[in-house]
Amino acid sequence: MNTSAPQPPFAVQVEDLVKTYAQSEALKSISFNVAHNELFGIIGPDGGGKTTLFRILTSLMLPTSGNALTYGYDVQKDYKEIRKIIGYMPGQFSLYQDLTVEENLQFFARIFGASISENYELIAEIYDHIKPFKDRRAGDLSGGMKQKLALSCALIHYPKILFLDEPTTGIDAVSRMELWSMLKSLKKKGVTIIVSTPYMDEALLCDRILLMQEGSILDSNTPKGIINNFQKQIVAIETHNNKESIKGLRRLPYLDSVHTFGYEIHATSTETIDTPQLKNDLEKMGYQDINVRNIEPTIEDCFMDLMQNNESHG
Amino acid sequence: MRTILFIIQKEFIQIFRNKGMLPILFVMPFIQLILLSYAADYEVKNIKLNIIDNDMSHASRLIVSKFQANKHFDIVHFGASAKQGFDDLNAGEADLFVHIPMGFEKKLIQEKDGSIQITADAVNGVKASIATGYAQNIIASFNKQFLKSLKHPVGMMPKPAIDVTYSNWYNPQLNYKNFMVPGILVMLVTMIGAFLSGMNIVKEKEDGTIEQLNVTPIKKYQFIIGKLTPFWILGMIILTIGLVIGKIIFAIPMVGSLGLIYGFTAIYLLLILGLGFFISTITTTQQQALFLAWFVLVIFILMSGLMTPIESMPKWAQVLTKFNPIAWFVEFNRRVLLKGSSFLDVKYFFFYIAIAAVVMNVAAVANYRKRA
Repeated sequence: MNTSAPQPPFAVQVEDLVKTYAQSEALKSISFNVAHNELFGIIGPDGGGKTTLFRILTSLMLPTSGNALTYGYDVQKDYKEIRKIIGYMPGQFSLYQDLTVEENLQFFARIFGASISENYELIAEIYDHIKPFKDRRAGDLSGGMKQKLALSCALIHYPKILFLDEPTTGIDAVSRMELWSMLKSLKKKGVTIIVSTPYMDEALLCDRILLMQEGSILDSNTPKGIINNFQKQIVAIETHNNKESIKGLRRLPYLDSVHTFGYEIHATSTETIDTPQLKNDLEKMGYQDINVRNIEPTIEDCFMDLMQNNESHG
Repeated sequence: MRTILFIIQKEFIQIFRNKGMLPILFVMPFIQLILLSYAADYEVKNIKLNIIDNDMSHASRLIVSKFQANKHFDIVHFGASAKQGFDDLNAGEADLFVHIPMGFEKKLIQEKDGSIQITADAVNGVKASIATGYAQNIIASFNKQFLKSLKHPVGMMPKPAIDVTYSNWYNPQLNYKNFMVPGILVMLVTMIGAFLSGMNIVKEKEDGTIEQLNVTPIKKYQFIIGKLTPFWILGMIILTIGLVIGKIIFAIPMVGSLGLIYGFTAIYLLLILGLGFFISTITTTQQQALFLAWFVLVIFILMSGLMTPIESMPKWAQVLTKFNPIAWFVEFNRRVLLKGSSFLDVKYFFFYIAIAAVVMNVAAVANYRKRA
């Protein structure tokens, strides 16, 4: 798909976008831009407004107010143009289960006026995994293979922007890793990729991320930028009973936020944390085997902190 | 145009791959036509009759022999106890009870006024009214014969009787199969159209595949035409199967033009597919769509004149049948197949159905949204 039309300044441009449902506000006036050829992650917990945002950007839903341009096209007026140049993979598997792998791919190629062969180069790396099963019905594929097929179908017309709504939800760790490496190589081929995920650790794999919660943007930056902006001190704590000791830690006035993090507990503070004092306090509360150490913040720490601040302010 | 063909191709792959649905699609016409046409018969036979003759006269015996000779009646009890007659009726042993009282002949000759009591079990009202009708015919024919056989006193002539004979035009043997098959054909075509098309579109919603389609450049009209055409074709095939069965198994007279039947079905299917499509726009699951289509069709079918004559419905119901496409099609089929009506005779059928098809489809398209 070589078009001579000039490239718009941004792949996606969103300004004061609001979407309200009968009862609730799904998007509370959000603004952000996505540059061309970026691997852009939209990260946030369920119900944060990610899917609503995707549905508006892909022209499936009308915004209540505000503007959104997808590849320079207005999502309200130019939806026909948008549908020609985007690829969309919804969170739910939504290909025809009773058609075979090949029939699905062929159908989606044809309705975009494309053919499998002309754009095969783009999907080769992905489709080769499922090619041995091309005569199998889509409904009989495993979760990981279904996803590769869905991705192939979303790419077969060589879209300018690829939207992936929670592609890693509900698939195993290996398939997750595979997916991200596929996205990296798609990016190299010039596709702008916008991906949403509830998994914070996946943020590091994106060029830039947008952290969303309850319809608001908490932060938008590169993963590194977000970590660098984290101003608080952070400690990792381990005791004989982490579950119980969280309650104790939350009572300590000099700690800002306390949350579990794998096998440990992470606690933050705007002031310097006196680790011997903290250990002492925990012992007084009756916890044993206490281990406290200063650590560097991870991206997840930053998110947890941002989200906690948003909750307490909102 | 090519996009429409791609959608149609996809639909056909899916229809023919559905191992549960396909056999039903092609076995249904056979079963419905054969079962319903043989079972649905308005003729009432084997009426269980009790005759109580307390008169035992020449006249009463003539009546009894007339009932015996009639093919509609089976005399299950013949006796002299009126109580027995009522008991049998109560117990369901008899459908009809004819009581000839003592002194019947004497009164008839002397006072020109004999009376016979006919009591029917009217739990099944249709059967009861038909059975009493038959019985009245028998008694009327007795009257005529008996009056003739009387020795008339001089100066007294028998009353002139009007003898009504009748013949059933367009269906001379009153073959109910001729009457039912054209109607059942309509039911078949309607069911394919309304159920399958509606459920098919809703299935895309239910499976979420509509999401994927909605972000493609497929246009609304392409989607609709692509979705409905396969069922239009199936409807025509089902009609053909039905006509072949009608001709071969039931030897239904096909007096009128088959081209006319096909032409009308082609337009009628647009209306019914539009109905299915409309239902799909206001439902979100196949279950809802099926239930709604069923609700609408049951009313349409029962009030179509297929099972009960429209003329015997109350006035308001007769008015409603004017809005019932099945009623129009049933009547059309009967007129063309049995009566041989030409296009000019039935042109207003075409006119009506075409308008209804346009209205239905405009409503459906207006209601169909590609996005929220």
